[in-house]
Amino acid sequence: MPVVPRAELVALLVAATNDVLDTIGGEAHAPLDETSRLFGEGGLLDSMGLVTLVIDVEQRLHKRYALALHLADERAMSRRSSPFRRIDTLADYILTLISEHHG
Amino acid sequence: MGDRPVVFVTGSRSGLGRALAEHFLRQGYAVEGCSRSPAGWTADGYVHHEADVTDEVAVSRVVLDIARRHDRLDVAINNAGGASMNHALLTPVATLDRLLATHVRGTFLVSRECAKVMQRRKTGRIVNLSSVAVPLRLEGEAAYGTAKAAVEHLTRVLAREFAPFGITCNAVAPAPTDTALLRGVPPKKIETILGRLALHRMGLPEDVVHVVNFLTQPASACITGQIIYLGGP
Repeated sequence: MPVVPRAELVALLVAATNDVLDTIGGEAHAPLDETSRLFGEGGLLDSMGLVTLVIDVEQRLHKRYALALHLADERAMSRRSSPFRRIDTLADYILTLISEHHG
Repeated sequence: MGDRPVVFVTGSRSGLGRALAEHFLRQGYAVEGCSRSPAGWTADGYVHHEADVTDEVAVSRVVLDIARRHDRLDVAINNAGGASMNHALLTPVATLDRLLATHVRGTFLVSRECAKVMQRRKTGRIVNLSSVAVPLRLEGEAAYGTAKAAVEHLTRVLAREFAPFGITCNAVAPAPTDTALLRGVPPKKIETILGRLALHRMGLPEDVVHVVNFLTQPASACITGQIIYLGGP
């Protein structure tokens, strides 16, 4: 199983979110960290921004760790509490996927 | 990023898929193809992947491999598919499942994964293969026609969803075409189908290649969500 330290994953998500915000012309009012809200009430991204982020993160995970994950799997999309709402919830969700798919 | 444009053709082992792959090689593209079995042919600039388009993990791996080696993907052609001609009362449900899987699930998966790579450059062309069996509502092709009708709907919806990323999505619907797919079809049945078209002649692989080539041109950027029928159904 590829070892992905949580702090490294959070840094990857912060970098990806900053890139997506640059692309879509969005702006964060403070430097991003793991508590930053991504999607939903008070989130930085609209639905197209979230789509772009999911794609970007999948590609970064493949490039850096050779992981072929689908972040938008059925479970993620049907969860009452979306894993895409904050950077930390997304990081935890990705770590769960890694342990399930590559454990 | 490579200078050469890159095309991914599914079902490129033979028939239309091979004709399309060879066309894009002549146009200077790097051509990536796939089928469930080895290609059985080689060419400079052609890379073959053994993959089943209905397998989500396999499709992801192929597309990620293309992206890793080329850092771009310009065109995806969803050509993989099979046919079955039988009265609905004699069609095993397994046949329906197989056709829906290859045509609908396969087209969905390949389009989704390819669009993820294309969106990075804000440009891309996806071309799906439908059939005149849809508008002709051909009896004896309930399973095949239903699968292709779903491909047409998918084409129109993906055209809308992928438009913000600069990706067009269209379909070509050939008339009966002289390929291995038709070898098992009785000549009388083919004559009947041709009789219902404006042009009473068999299609040729180059008829399809011509339209795919047109749809994938940079100048075709404003053509999306269209189904182009050949032969005049």
